[in-house]
Amino acid sequence: MTPAFLNFGLGVLVLSCFLCLYRIGCGPTAPDRAVALDILGTLIVGFCCLLGLASGTDFYMSIAIAWALLSFVATIGLAKYLEGRTFDD
Amino acid sequence: MTETIAQALILIGLGFDLFGCIGLVRLPDVYNRLQAATKCVTLGTCFILIGVLVHAGISPLGVKAFLCAIFVILTSPVGAHALARGAHLSGVRLWEKSVVDKYEEHRLSEESRHAKA
Repeated sequence: MTPAFLNFGLGVLVLSCFLCLYRIGCGPTAPDRAVALDILGTLIVGFCCLLGLASGTDFYMSIAIAWALLSFVATIGLAKYLEGRTFDD
Repeated sequence: MTETIAQALILIGLGFDLFGCIGLVRLPDVYNRLQAATKCVTLGTCFILIGVLVHAGISPLGVKAFLCAIFVILTSPVGAHALARGAHLSGVRLWEKSVVDKYEEHRLSEESRHAKA
C-alpha cells in the first residue's frame, strides 16, 4: 500500500463522515439520527482498517472489532428506546 | 498481484461507503435512508475488511479483519431491522410517494381480528 493510496482512502472516509454528521445534525426525526450514528460507527471500522494497513500492526483491528460490537449494542438500545419500551421486555 | 487485488477491493469498498453516505443525505425519508445506508456496511466496510485480509494474508491483522467482517455481516441487518421497526412504532410517517406499507397493513389486520374476537 502506497501512502498516497492510504491518504486518498482516509480522505474519502472523512468526506463520508462529514455527510453522516450533516444527517446527525439536521435529521428531521430521531430515527434519522440513529441511522446516521450507526453508519458513522461502521465508517470508523473502515478507518481502523486503513490505519492498520498504514501501521502494519494488528491492534487497530482489535479496536475495530470492539467498536463494531459497541456500535451494534448502541443501535439495538436506541431502537428499543425509539419503540417506547423498556429494556426488560 | 495480491497487492493489486487488495487495492481494487479497498477502492470498491470506499466507493460504496461514499455513495451510501450520499444516499443518507439525499434520500427523502428514514426508511429510504436506512436502505441506502445499510449498503455502506455490507458492501462498503466488508469489502475494505476483505481487502485487508487479502493484503495481510494469514497473519494477526488478516485474521482479525476476517473476524470483524463476519461479525459486521451478522449484526448489521439485525440492527437495521430493529431501527426500522423502532422508527415505525415511534410513528415516523413514510414518504408520501411510497406505495406499500406491509407492516401497517399487518398491524391493522391484527387489530381488526382482536376487535372481532
